[in-house]
Amino acid sequence: MTTMDARSMGTSVRRIEGPDKVTGTAPYAGDTVADGTLVLYPVQATVARGEITAIDTSAATALPGVAAVVTHLDAPRLADDGDPEHRVLQGTTVHHRGQYVAAVLADHAEVAAEAARLVVVSYDEAPSTTGFDPDGGSYTPSALGNGQAPDSVVGDPDAALAAAPVVVKASYATPMEHHNPMEPHATTATWVDGRAIVHEASQGADLARQTLATLFDAEVEVSSPHVGGGFGTKGFLHAGTVLAVLAARTVPGRPVRFALGRRQMFETVGYRPATVQHMALGAEADGRLDALVHDVVGATARYKEFVEPAGGSSRSMYAAPHRRTSHRAVPLDLDAPTYMRAPGEAPGSFGLECAMDELAVALDMDPIELRVRNEPSVHPENGLPFSSRGLVECLRTGAERFGWSTWDRAPRRRLVDGWWHGVGVGCGTFPAFRMPGSTAEITFTGGRYVVAIGAADIGQGARTVLTQIAADALGVDVGSIEVEIGSTSLPVGSIAGGSAGTASWGSTVVEAADRFRDKYGEDPDDGDHADAATPDNPWAEEFAMAAYVAQFAEVAVHADTGEIRVPRLLGTFGVGRILNPTLGRSQLQGGMVWGLSMALHEESVVDPRFGEVINHDLAGYHIAANADVREIDAQWIDEDDGYVNPMGAKGIGEIGIVGVAAAIANATYHATGVRVRSLPITCDDLLTDPAFG
Amino acid sequence: MKPFTYARPDEASDAVAALVADPDARFLAGGTNLLDHLKLGVVEPSQLVDVNRVTSTEITELDDGTLRIGAGVANSDLAADSRVRRRYPAVAAAILAGASGQLRNMASTGGNLLQRTRCPYFADATTPCTKRSLDEACSAREGWARYHAILGASESCIATHPSDLAVALVAVDAQVQVLGPDGARTIPIGEFHRLPGDDPTRDTVLEHGDLVTAVDLPAPAPAVTNSTYRKVRDRASYAFALVSVAAGLEVRDGVVADVRIALGGVAHKPWRATTAEAALRGRPATDEEFRAAITAELEAAEPVESPLGGNAYKIPLVTGTVVSTLRGLAGGTS
Repeated sequence: MTTMDARSMGTSVRRIEGPDKVTGTAPYAGDTVADGTLVLYPVQATVARGEITAIDTSAATALPGVAAVVTHLDAPRLADDGDPEHRVLQGTTVHHRGQYVAAVLADHAEVAAEAARLVVVSYDEAPSTTGFDPDGGSYTPSALGNGQAPDSVVGDPDAALAAAPVVVKASYATPMEHHNPMEPHATTATWVDGRAIVHEASQGADLARQTLATLFDAEVEVSSPHVGGGFGTKGFLHAGTVLAVLAARTVPGRPVRFALGRRQMFETVGYRPATVQHMALGAEADGRLDALVHDVVGATARYKEFVEPAGGSSRSMYAAPHRRTSHRAVPLDLDAPTYMRAPGEAPGSFGLECAMDELAVALDMDPIELRVRNEPSVHPENGLPFSSRGLVECLRTGAERFGWSTWDRAPRRRLVDGWWHGVGVGCGTFPAFRMPGSTAEITFTGGRYVVAIGAADIGQGARTVLTQIAADALGVDVGSIEVEIGSTSLPVGSIAGGSAGTASWGSTVVEAADRFRDKYGEDPDDGDHADAATPDNPWAEEFAMAAYVAQFAEVAVHADTGEIRVPRLLGTFGVGRILNPTLGRSQLQGGMVWGLSMALHEESVVDPRFGEVINHDLAGYHIAANADVREIDAQWIDEDDGYVNPMGAKGIGEIGIVGVAAAIANATYHATGVRVRSLPITCDDLLTDPAFG
Repeated sequence: MKPFTYARPDEASDAVAALVADPDARFLAGGTNLLDHLKLGVVEPSQLVDVNRVTSTEITELDDGTLRIGAGVANSDLAADSRVRRRYPAVAAAILAGASGQLRNMASTGGNLLQRTRCPYFADATTPCTKRSLDEACSAREGWARYHAILGASESCIATHPSDLAVALVAVDAQVQVLGPDGARTIPIGEFHRLPGDDPTRDTVLEHGDLVTAVDLPAPAPAVTNSTYRKVRDRASYAFALVSVAAGLEVRDGVVADVRIALGGVAHKPWRATTAEAALRGRPATDEEFRAAITAELEAAEPVESPLGGNAYKIPLVTGTVVSTLRGLAGGTS
């Protein structure tokens, strides 16, 4: 299979809405403030589990400027869409601390906040469990967050481990982490003649529309032209959106705006749940794996299950005749976890890739060579051939560029100006797939082609890249294309998620372009139009399809203080065709920055006495600052994969983060001789280890 | 947030009088800490008395060589002053190690000394905190205590003082000029902040209505001219200290003639390491002596053990940071 010809694809067309964004004129969901807008401030549960026994809203209602106080006693009833997170103000049960129990609408934010403070809620508190104990009571979930089965077994891994000449067994821990996009979630909702008009920060306007239409049994319009980052938390709707639309229904005709504060971003919009990963690798002396076991225990919410598929990448990364993955879930009385950049692969690659590094040490083998020796010829679980698989080339190409061979493999060998230096590698994968259900419409008008599809630009550059795809599919310049996205007034679009946005919308646009040309040829008349639904990928069941990466890190650790710095990061990617090098590099580097942040900084600390994340702001929850990110380099191999989609593009939204934390942990070991198996790695992990010296 | 009134007097005495007349009034300078606390419900003043018109924004040199810093001098201006950078390098370095450029542009010299702890339980009005209310217990002691004190803490409070500047000021023996209801007075910086004892609601010895008007830096001793600030934190910038060290060193013929060591991130106040200083004077300027001196200082340390993360690591961290910093001041690799 060959990919379609590229003229614009593969070039760095500038971000179309860039000038609007940098001049502050691109409208975001919270910016849409019409006259008479009411500001919503929520009242949130102060207990982690229990029942509301009384709510006194009298003082709040009496405050001048308050238009309404909505509680479960008087809130409009919602249909049940099967998602407990959406049952907002529908009853007395409290499932987690911070759950919305009332909403105040007022003419100013300060008045609304003060009124919310005056609402008195009484609870009958029940015992709760909010601290993650991997050895506590767990259960086998029916499915993982990505829909896959919780367990997989090939052969007899326990027997193979028992017989293997070299065995590495170790447990790795990843903490609860929160997305924290720069733009917090925001909703502006107005009910007009029984119809809800919603401006929403969303990774998928149509999914938001479907959800709200079901809940409210009403017609709903959603617009989401610009989104300040999503990373998974703006995919499926959270309670705040429902609360805003629900509260707005009590004041028909008036816009209601709810922009979450940063603290609320730690309470109501999901997170990546903590995991403990028990790894076991059994190998021959030449490095070939006999057995690969990845047993995961992860946190979930008691009231709504989401299980991080952390063992997923161990199902496809390396060959081993005997293998097992398993996932067990520990239910907690917290808000529900959700998808977060590279769900599964980001934490799972930490366990697998650190264990591979430990195996390389045990074998006294180059960790790159170890991985090359375990490259599978077909998918190790389902036996499908790979549509393309660039891991070995990524390792070789990256190692060359990084100068891997210039480093002594033994740990704790290079001390420069008081800093221990070391290097590490970590690999990763993320599936390449296509979501069904989009429609693209192409209309020729005024000499230009208007391409309409309800896609979402969450900062990744969808508007720009779809313009390039449409231009090449129609055989015209990008200047002749106008792409319309981000609204339910357009043909339906699937979400920006699962690294499948561009693949799904792009395939749909190409299909519509082909139909347009078939119908009207090269010289259409004004008003000619064609549309198409997302075509099925005929190869979906024939091949295993995924993106791959080899991440390289150099780490420096201060010999006196244990401070950890990352002077260099290199990611070498096998991701098919990069449609726009500037935007693609930006997205891959952004993922790598997050990987660094995951390795060294990010951790949500739940205090079980209060049932809340105690470091619930950006002073307490650290993300990498500019000063933490030094040389960061993303490159990609040439990879022509005509099976994934006509563009030959695998998704790049997730893969950037995958493998980085392992590379940094492995480099930290190489620098210092100290193996840290729990994220984030901080100076105290090193200072308190006798091996640090 | 609770409604409040706002006043902006033109005379310092009027500002002091406004507070004396209203026990729930607060001074407002740069606002970088107080405004957060208003929004969080940590403080609920009846009145904000803006002191930006009544505090000097000048840095002036007095006849005895003292550098007088007006309380209204922005942190960024203080750090950029060539006299400060040349004569008191630890002070300039400490400021630049704190906050962000935007915050330093707003934050005042006086306000920097008066910022409150960043203990998360203090900043979260829903969790008990003795520093917010003497009727409540300390939540940090059995909570997330990674950032908390190892020296001078009490049952009621294990918070640390967050200022970087104040640590450097302690190392250079600054004097704080205060205007109170009974007139002006001078408080040595080492006596300005207090340990929590059984009343952690009070961070300093100031009484209600006392207004910081200036900070004086005495003419620098050689150990002050050869000083620096080393801050260890969880990321490379924009984070509060795990521990920090303001240190100055004068070495003559390989022997420590004078030494100043102040520690941040370890106590309810900037901690002058007097035991370590005394142990080092007259001793060779070597790693071994530095290590022995700070080890002696830390004999008094009482780290917190907590299921959510304790702070025993601060003992090796302070040790390593002090040794590294003094080694650098002695001309070695830091």
